[in-house]
Amino acid sequence: MTFRFRDAARRLRTLSLGLLLAAPLALAGPPKDAPLPGDSIYQLPVKLTDQDGKTRDWRGLRGKPRVVSMFYTSCKYICPLVVDSGKAVEHRLTPAQRQRIGLVLVSMDPARDDAAALKRVAEQRRLDTKRWTLAAPPKDDVRSVAGVLGIKYRALADGEFNHTSALVLVDADGRILARTERMGPIPDPEFLAAVRKAVDGT
Amino acid sequence: MRAALAALLIALPLAGLAAGDAGSRYAGLPGGRFESALDYEDAKNGVRIAPFALMRKPVTNAEFLAFVKRNPEWQRGKVPTLFAEERYLQHWSSPTVPGPEALPEQPVVWVSWFAANAYCESLGARLPTWSEWEYAAAADEIRRDARKDPAWRERILAWYSRPSNTALPRAGLQAANAYGVHDLHGLVWEWTDDYSALLMDSDNRNQGDPDKSRFCGAGALSMDDRDNYAVLMRVAMLSSLDGRDATANLGFRCARSAP
Repeated sequence: MTFRFRDAARRLRTLSLGLLLAAPLALAGPPKDAPLPGDSIYQLPVKLTDQDGKTRDWRGLRGKPRVVSMFYTSCKYICPLVVDSGKAVEHRLTPAQRQRIGLVLVSMDPARDDAAALKRVAEQRRLDTKRWTLAAPPKDDVRSVAGVLGIKYRALADGEFNHTSALVLVDADGRILARTERMGPIPDPEFLAAVRKAVDGT
Repeated sequence: MRAALAALLIALPLAGLAAGDAGSRYAGLPGGRFESALDYEDAKNGVRIAPFALMRKPVTNAEFLAFVKRNPEWQRGKVPTLFAEERYLQHWSSPTVPGPEALPEQPVVWVSWFAANAYCESLGARLPTWSEWEYAAAADEIRRDARKDPAWRERILAWYSRPSNTALPRAGLQAANAYGVHDLHGLVWEWTDDYSALLMDSDNRNQGDPDKSRFCGAGALSMDDRDNYAVLMRVAMLSSLDGRDATANLGFRCARSAP
């Protein structure tokens, strides 16, 4: 992982300028070419490869509030619960609110979680990839992504992972607004309220 | 000039790891099967450690200064708050002057994991894993594993009970251990690459009760060797940290995998 904030920021500015010109009707959020706040998770340059095999810097996720978590596809016990938790939040939003939120699951197991593995989970769990992004960072960046999200994990000898689970709500600029470690089909009420507030505010 | 350079290039490999620039900064460790003081559910017969090189001394203020000069984005005041809390390098006189509270040969402290990680990456190195650190730190001056010696344990613990408000000694002042590595005990705490892999519940009594544990899978780590307080304290401290945290006694050193 290299930290070339300014280069990346410059590239991002050029890129988003193109986007703005191409889509003048895009809904107004905070301008995507504004400098990132210092506490934005997108300060970390990470290239994510998603369920469709597309590789991009996760700064492309900037522009709308997102619920971010980490998981891995071969996980049998807690990770399905992480997906359940994300779905539970999603289902408690109005259709209009749902349009304005994104859900991002970042794999802690890039060695096995290629695009096909991620796509399989998206299909099995019926995740609408208009809203959901399942993606894996390069192997050497996993610890940093976990670091900015406050998630702990340890790779076990049998290929499983021991890890903490959290949903992290970030605003359109990647600032952390709320987090919960309460997993399951009934959303943490405070976290849900924060999500509603975030989508209604934009 | 070119001839001199050529001569140097020929001389360097001969000088070998012991005298080369990177070589003198690092000590080579053979690795092998290592019995951790931590009770890993998935490694009952010990953890396997590949051969690696570890910096002989923790990174000093002078060395970290050179890094922030080359990489201004890591200077205090410029670094995004995502990567370092507000106390990052707070004891330096200014972003590029360590000053009287941070002498050149003292280990750098008040550094976050992200900064330590970036420093090592800038050298083509990395932070050591916890297992590598624990393995290197099991040695005393003559034995590769001195952990069962009560006298040695006492000596290490004596350091932990010293007040931490006195000035830090220079790095490298203490005798090297059997691997040629200084200051693994008795100077500062050190970041490891996988600080956030040390999933330890703050209350050990919760262990074995999955409802109370924050961790899934094999559950939280527990101590296999409860008399090894020095390791227990290191693990408890590291497991309580976030990557952007910085403290008055926390520094780091880098490692390299064997080629």
